[in-house]
Order: sequence, then structure tokens, then C-alpha cells
Amino acid sequence: MELITILLSGILIGSAVYLMLSRSVIRIIIGTALLSHGVHLMLLTMGKLKRGNVPVLDEAVENYTDPLPQALILTAIVIAFALTAFILVLALRAYGELGTDDVEEMKGVPHDD
Amino acid sequence: MKQTLKKTGHDKADRQMNDVFLQFTAKLVFLIVIMFSFNLFFAGHYTPGGGFVGGLLAAAALILLLIAYDKKTLQRMVPIDFRLIITSGLTFAVGLPTLSFLFGTPFFTHQHTHIEIPVFGDVALHSAVLFDLGVFLTVAATALLIIVLVGEAEN
Amino acid sequence: MTLIHMAILLPLVAAVAIGIIYKYYKRIHLGWFVLPVPVIIAIYLATFIPKVSSGPILETMQVMPRIGMNFDVYIDGLGLLFAILISGIGALVVLYSIGYLSHREDLGNFYVYLLMFMSAMLGVVLNDNVLMLYLFWELTSISSFLLIAFWFMKERSLYGAQKSMLITMFGGFMLLGGFLALHTITGTYSIREMLAQVTLIQESPVAPIAIVLILLGAFTKSAQFPFYIWLPDAMEAPTPVSAYLHSATMVKAGIYLVARLTPLFAFSELWVWVILLGGLITLAWASFNAVRKDDLKAVLAFSTVSQLGMIMSLLGLGALSVVTGAGEAYFSIAVVAAVFHLINHATFKGALFMVTGILDHETGTRSLKRLGGLLTLMPISFTLTFITALSMAGLPPFNGFLSKELFLEAMIHVTEADFASLANIAFIFPLLAIVGSIFTFIYSIQIIYGVFFGKRTHDTPKEPHEAPALMWISPAILAVLVITFGLFPNVLSSSIIDPAAMSIMATDAPLGTHISMWHGFANPALWATIAIVIIGSLLFYFRDKWMFIYDYHKERFTLNYVYDQGLMHSRFASRKVTDSYMTGFIRSYLAYIFMFFVVLGAISLWNTGIKLNFSDMAPVGIQEMILVMIVLISITVILVTKSRIVSIIMLSAIGFVMALFFVFFRAPDLALTQLAIETVTTALFLVCFYHLPARSKHPERMRFKFTNFLVSLGVGIIVIMIGLIAYSNQLFDRISQFHIDNVKELGAGGNMVNVILVDFRGFDTLFETLVFGIAGIGIYALMKLRLNRKDETDEADPEENRA
Repeated sequence: MELITILLSGILIGSAVYLMLSRSVIRIIIGTALLSHGVHLMLLTMGKLKRGNVPVLDEAVENYTDPLPQALILTAIVIAFALTAFILVLALRAYGELGTDDVEEMKGVPHDD
Repeated sequence: MKQTLKKTGHDKADRQMNDVFLQFTAKLVFLIVIMFSFNLFFAGHYTPGGGFVGGLLAAAALILLLIAYDKKTLQRMVPIDFRLIITSGLTFAVGLPTLSFLFGTPFFTHQHTHIEIPVFGDVALHSAVLFDLGVFLTVAATALLIIVLVGEAEN
Repeated sequence: MTLIHMAILLPLVAAVAIGIIYKYYKRIHLGWFVLPVPVIIAIYLATFIPKVSSGPILETMQVMPRIGMNFDVYIDGLGLLFAILISGIGALVVLYSIGYLSHREDLGNFYVYLLMFMSAMLGVVLNDNVLMLYLFWELTSISSFLLIAFWFMKERSLYGAQKSMLITMFGGFMLLGGFLALHTITGTYSIREMLAQVTLIQESPVAPIAIVLILLGAFTKSAQFPFYIWLPDAMEAPTPVSAYLHSATMVKAGIYLVARLTPLFAFSELWVWVILLGGLITLAWASFNAVRKDDLKAVLAFSTVSQLGMIMSLLGLGALSVVTGAGEAYFSIAVVAAVFHLINHATFKGALFMVTGILDHETGTRSLKRLGGLLTLMPISFTLTFITALSMAGLPPFNGFLSKELFLEAMIHVTEADFASLANIAFIFPLLAIVGSIFTFIYSIQIIYGVFFGKRTHDTPKEPHEAPALMWISPAILAVLVITFGLFPNVLSSSIIDPAAMSIMATDAPLGTHISMWHGFANPALWATIAIVIIGSLLFYFRDKWMFIYDYHKERFTLNYVYDQGLMHSRFASRKVTDSYMTGFIRSYLAYIFMFFVVLGAISLWNTGIKLNFSDMAPVGIQEMILVMIVLISITVILVTKSRIVSIIMLSAIGFVMALFFVFFRAPDLALTQLAIETVTTALFLVCFYHLPARSKHPERMRFKFTNFLVSLGVGIIVIMIGLIAYSNQLFDRISQFHIDNVKELGAGGNMVNVILVDFRGFDTLFETLVFGIAGIGIYALMKLRLNRKDETDEADPEENRA
């Protein structure tokens, strides 16, 4: 299973990179969201999958899954949401001001400043 | 939302948005979701849940109301400035760990104890709950603020 | 947390309250609310004076005990002297500022910065832990920066603020390096514990590095040659700030540090020579330069620099007698002189700055050329200037005379001391001391003469008249102290000077210092003083004849020129370097990042080799394979589709599949959070889409897509390889077992993930919450800014037009 999730997170990250390198803002945003999904999956895999029980304390259970990657991912999920929301609004604003969603057009005429 | 839809040319927006069924259901579901979010928040220390999930669900519940009604109605129902909630949430989150200095312990040392309350029985008191409350408030208010702001933006 | 910790942090707490008061209540001058803070602290600290003579006091408060960073308040004679100076002068300065700053100024900012500084400075001088000391040290630099830039509309203020920050922050950084070097030698961050291991430091090869770094910190802060150039430009700050930070307290932080660490480094010749010579050169050079300045505050700035050099050289002299074994007597004279002059300088220089502020306030100028003949118009200011300037010049019966005599005495004794290596040039010490003193005498007289005597120029922007009582009370109190300490120096000697000198010398034996004005004709210092007065008077009388020598001092050869040119060239160079790779296209930047990632990853893979081990794998379930397929299909759709709505829906699909993954992989918290987040994100995306165009207008060109494809392929492969290798090789024990074992006892909870979040790794969560809040505020600003600008263009905001 771990082999598959590692491959899957590699594919997720690779396609995220491809999307982020494109010119359309919305594709860049989708790319960052995909990137965080890939990283979360990778982090979870590093804690070993499906070993032991849910990490909630229970008298009857001896063996738990690794809770630390889960805590890290929880933090990462929320941060990723904040990031996505921020760049989404940034893109929205840029579109409102500049009338384009193309990052290369946003740069405008090259001028020396 | 209503204004936004109007702007983008949805002429039927008005009629759609005054949907009684939607509004009634939204109110009902809102109540359930918000109760669930509080449950998740308070139970978070012992069972799955916690400040983040609780906060997000609370925000989601309010967003439901926002979709069913509009921003003005929502403001009338919940007459609170979200920015104030963000600030107080951050104050809780930063202030509580700092308070431990007053007791001569290192930053972020939590205290916990048990007390007996007549109806509820044995209740655990934990200062981490206050920290989590800060997280809850910040997350809920920020998520909601973002949606409201984007929703009311007019191009 | 004890009362003394609270006393140190009280100004910081008060700063918050002051900010709130200023917002809602402006009828009474804000300074009146601030005034009680330093007064209370000063009174509280004064109660320590009798306690300290029976030994230092240590109060511990843990901050981060694991790395040895604790807020250990350590009160001994030296720290207490500085703390009392800080709070005492602070109280007078606040009182003075009430008269100096009008309601129209932004008083909120001013007092908040000032209180911040007060806390920081108290923290520096009452600290035993060098890490905390460094923290407060930088806080003083920051508050000084903010106060210099208080009138931030003026270009000179910004220039001065930037200069002071660049130089003092550079020094602060070096200081941190020095402390870390000390830590590597002794293994502790506590100064007390370092003192117990002096022999270890003596033998260590790292010690010279620590000495150089720490002295860089001290010299930049205390404006010693060649770093003094920031202090004259810092005079752009409001005068109360100059009186407080840039003459009485902050610039003495370097002196404090040198004094505090003297017992630690006094064995080292490097330490002694740098301090001694650096101090003397600063003294002579700065007093020489002060004479030709026209701006009164510039004169005082250079004078401050030279007096700091004098105190510094005295500390060096104290350490010298340890190195050469010249005997305790000179040691104690020099150290006592240093401590005594520290107090005296704070009194007379503080008063002089305040009087300068009065002159500036009442006449509108500080130029010596434009002032003159104010004796009859401003008699009180004249009296104050007369007393304090003569004390600065070192004339009896004022306190400056006493400490300057001690200084000269100590410097003359150096020639008698026996050093094998430098016997021939020992005369240079008294020579530099006397030259510096002569110029000090000249500019002191010049201040009195140039402002109050001579002909009235009638060139002042305002009609001169005496200042209100509120402004001259503070300098008057200081002037009274100048006379009191001058006539009765021994009220200080046993209570304050001796404990401070004893902590510098790290001795318990009482010194029994007795300072007297008259030592008899045999005393060489007396003759030196007489010579200084005679030569100084002659040079002052014939000043037109020799002032031309300053003309040789060309603009090109000043340190300021070096600083300005250095700053300009580094700016140009960095602009050039930046322009060479900053294309302005986000794609280039991302490509740099990813290519670096690929290259670095490939190199480290090449170096470590690939060891894979697939024996320990979880079984694959059919439901998980379905999820994997859904993800793969969604990715493909996102990559090929042109429609936004479709790609968003596919993204949400991946998000929900992730939530299911979390369910299967036994992470209920993650599943819940992911579901909630995904719901909110989808809502957000859809809301945003009302405002965005339906599809992109620009189909991408194929060539670019191919490079992108190569980069993303590389990243994907590297990620997979790293993941596989990391999974196959377990180099360390898992730290999670600690969390699992202790969740009940330490965290008192059941849900491990949540306990880790709010307790074990609470810092992560704290900062994450902050990031979240910042993102929310950022979005708020983004959306609201746009609306505001629309309002302005539509309605032509009257506020905007006025500005």
C-alpha cells in the first residue's frame, strides 16, 4: 500500500508542478492545492499506514498508528486552506484591477524601475 | 450572495433566494451543524475533533445561512464583527501560553484539574481548552470573513 | 515571576494601556499618564540599594529551560546603578517631554516607543542570561530606530534612523555570535556561571573570537571610534529622546556590557588594548571634531561620543592592571572613576540636551552662529547651561571636575606602571587624555559663550523668551544634582559607586572609596587640570587663528563618506545581481525553485546511493485502489480540460478522496478536518468564479509545455525516490512513542492528535493560528482597499484633496 501512496503522491506533486508553471492564475491555484494534497499523503505514508488502531486512547488497545504525522498534516491542511484562499482572492483582485488572469500579461509592459 | 447573483445577470436570483423551504431547512441544518461543531470542539481532547474542525464547521454552518439568506440578514442574525472575533481568538491563542509566566512555569505549560459539578458529574478542566478556543474563534471567523468578503465583492 | 520581573516588564504593559488611553482620551497631555511608570520603578529600585551591599540578588524565571534561556534577574551594584539611572532619568525626560512635545504631535507613538525602550533597557542591565540580554539589547535598537524616525516625514530623520539601525543591529548580531562563542567554551548562557569558569575561557582558542565579536557589539552600541558616525545623525530624534537614549542610557549599554564582562576577559591583552586605545582615540577625535560643529545638538553628540570613549578607556585601564599586575590601587581608581563619571555624565549631559531643547523650542534654531546674547532674555537657561557645561569642562566645584581628576590621575599613573613591551609609548595615554580634555574645555566654553554672550544676532526664527517651568524643572533637578555630587561626592561613594565598582572588579572586599576635591599640590592631576584650563582658554581666545586646520579635513576622508559610498555601492551591486535573474515572470521563479529541488535531490541521491526495502508494506484493499483510480482520473481531467468549472469540481473530488484516504488510514481527525476544509474551499472557489472569466483567452504554446513537462517530471521522480528511500530506511527511533506514552499523564487527554496540537507541539498550532489570522486580515485588506479606492475616484474624497 505504501508503495502505491508514494507513487500517487509523486504523481500529484508532479502534476501540481506542471500546473503551477502555466500562465493561467486559476491553474496555478489548483496546482498549489494539488501540491498540498500530495505532500499530506506523503507525510501520512511516512508514519506507516494501517498499523495499529486509531490514535485515541483506549484501555483495550495496545498498538496505535503514528499520531505525529497526523498532527502535522492537520496543521498543514489548515495552512494550505489559508494559502489557497489568499491567492484566490489575490487573483480575483488582480483580475478586477488588470482585467486579465494571465500572469504574464499582469506584468504589463516591461519598464526599468 | 443575492447581490452577486444579480450582478452576474441571474434575474431569477431574487425568487430563488426567497425560497422558504431552503431558508427553513437552512435554519434547521444550521442548528444541527453548529451543535455538532460545539460538540467536536469540546470533545476534541478525548475523541476526534478539536478547535480546527469545530471552527471550520461553525463557519460552514454560518455560510449555509449566508447562502440561504444574504449578508445583511446574516449580520442581523449574528450581529458580531468578525474582525473582532479574529482578534479575540488570536488574543486567546497567544495570551494563554504567556499566562503561564505568571505561575512561574515555562511558556506553554498547561494546567489541568477535575471538579465536581452537580448535573454533569466529574468535569475535567484543562487550560488547553482555552487555547483551543482561540484556535476555534480564529479559524471560524477567518473562514467566514473570507467567504463574506469575496461574496460581497462587486466588479 | 517575581515583583522585580514585573517591574522590568511594567513599561511594556503600560505601553499597551497608554496606546488605548491615547485613542480615547486626549484632553490631558499623555505624558502625565506615562510619568508614574518610571517614578514607581525608580522608587522600587531605590529600595534595593541597602540590600545590594550585602550581596547580589538573583530571581529566576523559566522561559525556555531546555535551551538554557531563562529570565534570570540579577541585581548587583552595577546593574542597579544602571537601572536607577534608566528609571530616574526616564522620569525626568518624560516630565520634560510634556512641555516639549505639543498635543499636535503623535504622542501615542512617542510614549509607546519610549516605554518599550525603558523595558528593554532595564532588561539589558538586570539580566544574567545572555540570550535574554541579547533579546532586550535588540529591542533597544529597535525602539531607538523608531524614536529617531519619530518625525518620519523628514528625510534626515529617516537617514539617521536607518544608519543607526544598520550599525547597531550589525553590532547586535556580532554580539550574539560572541555570546554563542562563549557558550561553546563554557556550556552555559549565564554570566554568573561563566565567571566561575574564567580559567576555561583563558585557555580556550575561541576566546579571542568571542572578545572581538562582543567588543564589536559594545563599540557599535556605545558609538566608539570608528562606529560613532550613527550618533550625530541620531540627533534628528526629538530632544527628549536625544537626552534619554542617545546620551544618558542606551549608548551606555555598550559600557555596561564591557563593565559586566570585565572580570571575564580582563586576562586578555586584546581586550585591554582595544578598549583602552579605542576609548582614548574616541575621546580625542570626537572632542576635536565637536569644536567645529555649529549645530548645538551636533556639538553635544560628539561630546557624548568623546565622554563615552573616556569611560571606556577607564574600564580598559582597570583591566590593564590585571593583565600587567600593576596593582590594585590603579585598578580601583580607574574603575571608580568610570562609575562616577557614568553618573556625572548622565546628569550634566542630560541637562545640557534638555537646555538645548529649550533653546530650540524658544528661538527656533540650534545654530551657534544664529544664537547669541541671550543672557538677559533667558536667565534660567543660562544658569543651567553654565553649571552643566562647566561640569562637562571639568571645573570645580561641579561633579565633572571630580571624575575628570580621577581620570587624569589614573591616566598619568599608567606611565609609571611597568609594561615590558610598551614602555616607550606609554606617554601616549596621558597625552591623548589631556588633548581630549582640552578640546572638551573649548567646546564647553563655546556653548556658554556662543549662546548667551556676544552680540544678539536677531537672526532667530522666533523671538527668544524664557521657557515655561515645565520645561526647565527637569534640567534644574539635574543641575542641582551636578552641584550636590560635586560638593558631597561621598553620599554616592559608599552606597552606589562602591557596589558597582566591586561588581566590575568581581571582588567582595569593600573599597572604602573617599572622593575629595583637594589632593594637595603634589597631585599631578591638579597640574594637568590647570594646564588644560590655561591652554584651553588660550586656544579659545585665539580660535580664529587655528580653526583653518579643520579645512584640511576633507569630506572625502570622513567615515561618513565611507558609510554613504558603501551603502550606495552595495545597493547598486545588489540591484545588478537581482536584475540578472529576476525576470518578473512567476514561471521563472517557480522554475528556479523546482530545478534547484531536482538538482539538489539528484545530487544527494547520487551521493547516498539508493537502498530500497519493500518488505514492510500494508496490504492493499480494493476500496483504496478505487480511490487511487479516481485521483488519477481527476488529475488527468484537470490537466487536459480548458473549463474552469470542471477542473474545480475535479479538485474537490480529489479533496474528498483524500478525506476517504484519511478514513481508511485511521486518521479520523484528519478526515473530519479535510471534509470541512473541502466544503469551505469549494464554496470559496465557486463564489470566486462569479467574478472570473469563464475560460482563459490564451492557449499555451507547445514549446513551453514541453519544458514544463520536463521540470514536473523531474520533480515527480525525485519526490517518489525520496519518499521510497525515506520509507525504506529508518535511521532513528520514532519520537511518536513519547507522545503515545505520555498523552494521559502530561496532556490529560485521550485524543493524541489533539493533545499534540494543543499541548506537546502547541507552538506549531500557535503560529499556524497566527498565519491563519494574518491570511484573513490580508484578504480583508485586499478586498477593502479596492472598495476604498473606488470610493475615492467616484466621490473625490475631500480628505484626499487636502493632502
